[in-house]
Amino acid sequence: MDARTIPLIPLVPASAVAARGTKHATFEYLTTRKDELIGWARKFSLFPYPFVTACCAMEFMAVSASPYDTDRFGAALPRFSPRQADLLMIVGTVTHKQAPVLLKVWEQMCEPKWVMAFGVCASSGGFYQNYATLLGVDKILPVDVYVPGCPPRPEMVIDGIMQLQDKIARSRHPVVTERF
Amino acid sequence: MDVASFPNPVRSIFGTVSDESVIVNIGPSHPATHGTVQIIAELDGEKVLRTDVHCGYLHRGFEKECEDHTWHNLIPYVDRLNYVSALVNDFAYCDAVERLMGVEITPRCRYLRTLLSEYSRVVDHLTCVAAGLMEMGAMTAFLYLVMVRDFMYEHLAALTGARVTYSYGRIGGLARDLPEGWLGRLEEILVQYEEFVGRVHSLVDRNRIFIDRLRDVGVITTVDALSFGCTGPILRSTGAPRDLRKDAPYLAYAELDFDVPVGIKGDNYDRYFVRMREMDESVYMIRQLAQMLPAGPINVDDRRCTFPEKPLVYSQIESLINHFKLVMDGPSVPPGEIYCAHEAPNGELGFYLVSTGGGTPYKVHVRSPSFVHMGAASRMLDGGQLADIVPTFGSINMIGGECDR
Amino acid sequence: MTATELDALHRELVPAAGPATLSHGAFVLQLAPDELLPTVQRLRDEFGFDVFLDVTAVDWPADALRFEVVHHFYSTAHKVRVRLKTRVAVENPIVDSLCALYGSAAFTERECHDMYGIGFRGNFDLRPILLYEGFSGHPLRKDYPKTREQPLVPYRA
Repeated sequence: MDARTIPLIPLVPASAVAARGTKHATFEYLTTRKDELIGWARKFSLFPYPFVTACCAMEFMAVSASPYDTDRFGAALPRFSPRQADLLMIVGTVTHKQAPVLLKVWEQMCEPKWVMAFGVCASSGGFYQNYATLLGVDKILPVDVYVPGCPPRPEMVIDGIMQLQDKIARSRHPVVTERF
Repeated sequence: MDVASFPNPVRSIFGTVSDESVIVNIGPSHPATHGTVQIIAELDGEKVLRTDVHCGYLHRGFEKECEDHTWHNLIPYVDRLNYVSALVNDFAYCDAVERLMGVEITPRCRYLRTLLSEYSRVVDHLTCVAAGLMEMGAMTAFLYLVMVRDFMYEHLAALTGARVTYSYGRIGGLARDLPEGWLGRLEEILVQYEEFVGRVHSLVDRNRIFIDRLRDVGVITTVDALSFGCTGPILRSTGAPRDLRKDAPYLAYAELDFDVPVGIKGDNYDRYFVRMREMDESVYMIRQLAQMLPAGPINVDDRRCTFPEKPLVYSQIESLINHFKLVMDGPSVPPGEIYCAHEAPNGELGFYLVSTGGGTPYKVHVRSPSFVHMGAASRMLDGGQLADIVPTFGSINMIGGECDR
Repeated sequence: MTATELDALHRELVPAAGPATLSHGAFVLQLAPDELLPTVQRLRDEFGFDVFLDVTAVDWPADALRFEVVHHFYSTAHKVRVRLKTRVAVENPIVDSLCALYGSAAFTERECHDMYGIGFRGNFDLRPILLYEGFSGHPLRKDYPKTREQPLVPYRA
C-alpha cells in the first residue's frame, strides 16, 4: 500500500493539454482523480458490520483489540445496523438456517458495500461439508475478499483488509448512477 | 431479489398477542446474542413477559460428520464445539475414547492435560467476562482482558501451532511436548494476568452502575437450576458447590488443592464473581501443576492408538503398516458405549460414544452445557427488563458451537 | 458408585424388560417404553437423581426395534450416573416425555425429535430447534445422506 498525495487542485498534465481539442481526455483525467479521492476516503473509513457466527469471532475480537488493532486502518467502529455499515464481514460458518438472515442483512446495506468472507467456513464451508452448512457465502452473495484460515491469524485479517483497501482504491466510484 | 419471499427459518410460539404487549425480535445477527441466538420477546413496555429462545443457527452437523471420520480425525471437529476453551473439548473427547479402549495415559500427559484444561478455563472466563462487560459499555475492561487473553493465545500457539482451535489432544496422549522456556513464559503471563484482572476488579466490582445492573437480575434458584439441568458457574452461582473436578475427580484433580467458589443469589453479579474467582483458582492450580509436572513420555506406548516414531516408520515394515492403519482406518476401538463427562468452563460437557468396533465411531453425541442452559434462559429472562436481556444472556455464556453442534 | 447404591438400584429398579449392567461407571438399564416414565419418577423422587442430563437416540437400521432412545441422569447427592435405554420401532417411534418432571427435557427432547424423529408424548412443543422450518427428514438417521442440503435461499447463477 503506497502513500499517495492527493493534491487539492488537480494539476492538468501535458497530455491533457495537448489533446485540448477533445473534451474526452480531460474529462477522463478528472474522473480518475475524482475516483482516487473518493476511493482514498472510502478505504480509510470502513464501517464493518461483523456478522459473527462461530469460532472466527475470537480472532475478530483479537483483531479489533490491541496489538492488532483495526483502528489503524480506519475500520475500528463496528456498526451494528446494516444501514450504517459498508463492509459486511461474515465471520464464521453460515448455515442454511442462517442464510436468509445473512441475505436480509446484506440487502439492507446501502451502496457502496463490500463483503469480506472471514474464515474458511464463510469462504467455502470449511470442513463442514454436510447438510447443514452453506458451502461458501459466495453462493448467495458476491464476495470481495476471502480470508481463509481456521481461524485466520489476525495478521491475515489485516492483510485482507489492506487488499480490500487496494481494491477500493483501484475501483471506479460513480457518484451519479442510473439508479440515483 | 425479494427478501420478503424467503421462508422464515423459525416459527414463534406466540399466537395472537393482546393489545398491551409488543413482540420484539432480538437476533440472530446481534452483537449481544453471540451471533447465533434469536430471542423473540413479548414485552409490556420495557418488561419482558415471555421469551422464545431459538438456537440452532450454527448447527453444523457435527454428529453426522462423526459417523464419517476416524476417531482421530474428529479431534479438529471436537475443538470447534466450545471454541473459546478448545483444549477442554479435546481432552474430554480423548478421555472418552481412551476409557472405551482401555488405554491409560502417561503421568506427564495427565498433569499436562490438567494444566492446559485450567489454562483453557481461564481463557474462556476471560472471554465471557470481557464480552459481558463490553456489552454493558465497559470498553476498558474488555481491552484489558482481551490483551491478557491474547498473550495466552500466542503462548498456546508456541505450544500447539494455533491460537484458537488447537487440535492438540491425541488419543493416548498429546501432539507434542512442551517447548523450551514455555513454563517460564507461563509464569510471566500469570503475573500479567493478576495485574490486569486486579485493574478490572478495581474498575468494576464496587462500581454503583455495575452493581445496579447485575445484582438481583437474572436470578435462578438452585431448585430451578437443577431441574433445568444447569451445571457449572450457573449452578454454582446459586450456592450449590457442585463441580465434577471435586465430585468425580478425573485427570490430576484429586491431587490438587483448590476451592470451588459459589455465589449466594444466583443472579448475574454472582455469575460474574464466580467466574472471576474460578479464574484465580485455576491460576493457583496451574502454578501447582507447573511444579508437579513429572518427566517422561507424552504418549502412551500403545500401538493401538499412538503413532510410531518417524524413523521407525521409514525403516521398519511393521511400523509402516501400523502408521498406515492408524491413518487410513483409525484406532480400533472395541465395541461398547461410554458416557464420559468433564467439567468444562460452562458446566458438564459429556461425550456419549457408541462404537461397534473399528476405526470409525457409530455414534458420537455431545451433551453440551450451553444447549441445556438455553432451555433455562427463558426462566432467567422472563419478568426482567428488556435491557437486562443483554447482561443475563452474556452471563449464561452460550457458545454457539457447543450449543448447536 | 458404591456397592450399596448399586445393589439398591439393582434391587429396586430392574424391571421385567431387561438386565442391568455397569458401563464405565454408569448404571445402565434396559426398559420397555411404558416403563420409562414410572422408573424416572422413582429415580427422581426416591433415589435423588435431580439432574436430567440429556436424551438421544441410536439408530440400528438392521433391527426391528430400530431406535434406541437413551436418557442420562445424574445424582448430585450420591455422585452416581444412570443410563436408561428403550427401544422403539420406526413405524411408531414415540416415548413418554419427561417435561413434567424435569425442565431440561424441553430442549433436549426437541433436539432428539429433530435429529431422529422420535416423538415425545407430553411435550407439546416439538418445533425444530437445531434444524429449520421446511427441513424434511431427520439427518442423524443412517439413511439420510450426509450431503443432502435443503437450502432456504436460492443460489446465485
